[in-house]
Amino acid sequence: MTTIAPEGVEAPQKGFVGQSVPRKEDKRLVQGQGVFFDDVKRHGMGYVHFVRSPYAHARIRSIDVSAALALEGVYGTLTGDEVAIQTDPFFEMSTPPGNEIKDYALAVGKARFMGEPVAAVCAATRELARDAAELIEVDYEPLPVLVDPERAQDPDAPILHEDAGSNVVWSGLFDWGDYDAALAEADRVVRIERLHFHRFSSTPLECSGALVEYERATGQWTLYCNHQMPGVGAIWMAPSLRTGIDKLRFVTHDIGGGFGNKITLHPYFVALCLLARKLNRPVHWTEWRTEQHMANTHGNERVFLDVEVPVKADGTMLGFRVKAIDDAGAYPRYEPLGCIIWSQVTPGCYRWRNIRVDFTQVCTNKSPTAPNRGYSRMQHLWFTERVIDIVGQQLGIDPVEIRKRNYIRSEEMPYETPNGCIYDSGDYARALDIALDLIGYDSIDERRRDAEARGRLLGVGIGSTLDSGTNNFGQSQLLNPDLQFSGNNEVATVRLDTFGEIVVTLGTVPQGQSHETVASQLVAELLGVTPDDVHVRPGHDSFFNSHAGFSGTYASQFAVTGLEAVKGATLALADQIKRLAGVILGGVDAEDIELVDGFARIKGNPDAALPFMACGAIINANNAGLPPELDDVTLNCRYVYRPPFQVPDKERKFGNLTLTYATQIHACVVEVDPETGVYEIVDYAAVDDCGKRIHPQIVEGQVHGATAHAIGAATHEQFPYDEDGNLLTANFYDYHVPHAMDMPPLRTGHLESPSPMNSLGTKGMGEGGGAGVHAFCAAIQDALRPLGAPIVDDSCNPYHRVWETIRDPERSRSLVRVETR
Amino acid sequence: MEPVTSAVVTVTVNGETYEREVEARRLLVHLIRDDLDLTGTHVGCDTGSCGACSVIVDGELVKSCMLLAVQADGATIETVEGLAQDGELTPLQQAFSDNHALQCGYCTPGMLMSATYLLRNNPEPTDAEIRKGIQGNICRCTGYVNIVKAIDAAARGEVSA
Repeated sequence: MTTIAPEGVEAPQKGFVGQSVPRKEDKRLVQGQGVFFDDVKRHGMGYVHFVRSPYAHARIRSIDVSAALALEGVYGTLTGDEVAIQTDPFFEMSTPPGNEIKDYALAVGKARFMGEPVAAVCAATRELARDAAELIEVDYEPLPVLVDPERAQDPDAPILHEDAGSNVVWSGLFDWGDYDAALAEADRVVRIERLHFHRFSSTPLECSGALVEYERATGQWTLYCNHQMPGVGAIWMAPSLRTGIDKLRFVTHDIGGGFGNKITLHPYFVALCLLARKLNRPVHWTEWRTEQHMANTHGNERVFLDVEVPVKADGTMLGFRVKAIDDAGAYPRYEPLGCIIWSQVTPGCYRWRNIRVDFTQVCTNKSPTAPNRGYSRMQHLWFTERVIDIVGQQLGIDPVEIRKRNYIRSEEMPYETPNGCIYDSGDYARALDIALDLIGYDSIDERRRDAEARGRLLGVGIGSTLDSGTNNFGQSQLLNPDLQFSGNNEVATVRLDTFGEIVVTLGTVPQGQSHETVASQLVAELLGVTPDDVHVRPGHDSFFNSHAGFSGTYASQFAVTGLEAVKGATLALADQIKRLAGVILGGVDAEDIELVDGFARIKGNPDAALPFMACGAIINANNAGLPPELDDVTLNCRYVYRPPFQVPDKERKFGNLTLTYATQIHACVVEVDPETGVYEIVDYAAVDDCGKRIHPQIVEGQVHGATAHAIGAATHEQFPYDEDGNLLTANFYDYHVPHAMDMPPLRTGHLESPSPMNSLGTKGMGEGGGAGVHAFCAAIQDALRPLGAPIVDDSCNPYHRVWETIRDPERSRSLVRVETR
Repeated sequence: MEPVTSAVVTVTVNGETYEREVEARRLLVHLIRDDLDLTGTHVGCDTGSCGACSVIVDGELVKSCMLLAVQADGATIETVEGLAQDGELTPLQQAFSDNHALQCGYCTPGMLMSATYLLRNNPEPTDAEIRKGIQGNICRCTGYVNIVKAIDAAARGEVSA
């Protein structure tokens, strides 16, 4: 079932789920009372600064720390040699030879990208630590540099990791349907030589870091930090530190944005753990902005080569073939998961049944990559949208028409993709209609003429995206059958305390996604109280006992995994309260008790009621004489949600890889100055369908933010490297993110296609902003059509690139050929 | 003679006067955050680009990472902690909450100081003037949509009780 509501109009509802209630997080944050990790201080703590390689590729001949250690106020140093002795390399997920790569907390023997940490120093102040870092003498022997992923497999290419003997991290063939038959059946075959998706990062405003304490008595580290996926962080760190998971206590409170960029902090955190233990004092590290740009993580760069698209005469596309080369940078930290994550959305929004993808991931002398909002799917969906618009342009079919002809239809839901993923619900064509309505598509020809009269070229572009949420980690076994990960899990605890306080802890690690508010809405509704009565502990603490191996906030899943865990724990608590009240109220059956306004009362007899405060007090402080049937009643309920997943078929690379699929359809209108390539986005619409919305205002906020990321990425944000491996945009001067004056007016609309895959009908959302990259590229291509019909073959199009496209339309046009049969 | 590398500075922050000896190179933002423990003012970059550290110094909007602490000697400084009085939010703070103008909240203190300064000097700004007023502040969560809406609502007095 699909419902539509125009922006700003909410149907009145009973209860709190579905209402935009005031956000719990706001009161502290608007008063500057948020607790971010850098706000946490400890007596005697030292500040850490990393010494980083100025070379993209260099052998480390020697490191001399003596001058730094001689400086007054310096507490100590750490070098790669110590790291190599005291830790084991991080676990690698790939198959041979990729799994032979050795990745440590600091560079050992060689530095492999500009900005890689080679040593660390700890001192009494931030400033002193920087001074001391300058005194550390590193003797480098520069080596030949590899920056171009397409050259990584050349016989004369520099090898980054000698242990692996190759720059290939992972490679494999994905072959679904019958591609050869589709090719034989085609009336036309469109071939595209090369498309390029660029490197960028959503650059959270709060940089990474941690305050790390070591307790000698127990061998335990406590990390006050902003890691957004501590469960997996601990799986990386504990074996490397040769300790148990229980010895790593992660604590987060408020986190200043994450977007995936705070998932692979383990190398830094291991270095901090070693320093805290070595120096026997708390150590504190806050990444500087320039360091984040150089050496935190970037989104994956991907090249699509030898694209082939068999098409029927009526514009029906039968599938595609492509060779993809993914650039993982210097170390495959979260990789090679990106080599499979894209296949969650293999055919994009389209009914393509025959698909062959030859996928290779390589290392280069650049910053490592890691998940970045829309991880790996964004690259692939950009590719599918480029295919649609390029094929449409070549065959003379309108972008709306070609989409509607090829979109998966709402009546086909749930839809099984050629690789076994289940698209749970959605109505792409209807979402597109809403988006077109919002930009006034009916009058677009008139506006085109109006723009022309002003010497401008108007273009319209559509971006269709699926935000696949709630990973089945079993997909990792499609990369490496020996990996022991599958399914997913999330945890919540809900407790009724002595004075009737309702206290919730979450395994999730929000970075702005409002989990305190949203969890309180659900708990309030299920317990018959208000969100104000529900206390949700901010952040994550391993001591809360409310986490599991996959806990965290990533991959669009809170509304499913987080809330299902909250729901499970709350229902268990509600049942215990009813049983307790039933006994206290004279042996009434639990089924005859209802929870209303903070009371457990007998149905039909509101005067026979026990306040929650009494329930909490009885169990926690006044429990003598309770009957044995209440022995299991603790009023402290923990629930682990596990989505219904199977391990995928490893031979066929076939199976359901994610639980829900939210839809985002964006439409973008640009005006381009043909003389200069300068453009302006004059109209923009984003339509979102994430199933049941618990808090519409928060959903809309996510849509706004994701769209801004996409517009930034599509227009200006990029991490280019020169031929020596120097990053050219290492700070916010050179790396231009959207400011308030850069943002076009945004219109939003929504559909609600509830997910049948979970009890709440929700879908994870927040990563669908990639649609903006697709829509913008399509709009530029549309605008430039009168200037020799060039195509947009790169995902980033700053003014100068648009000007170059205008100046030489033949360059990009010649990338495309059409064979008519 | 040894060069002087530190100095005693006196600043009045949110009505309270502090005296601290600081290194000559210490940034004002680190004086505020680390020495005075007013951690509402944030650091988001190292080039003066992001505005997370925005405060009001002697009535002027300033990025406190672009000023040395010693340059602020004798100054009267307003930070985000000084906005609400006795826990009573200002209309701007309330409007930020009403309109979901913050997600992670990291840019919010700087954004609120820029908006406070804007409305003090231009109580009825247009949409374009609001955008110009916060163009020195980067937000990576909201796309500015609801921030602009919130500032406009505060200017119009459209805030919840």
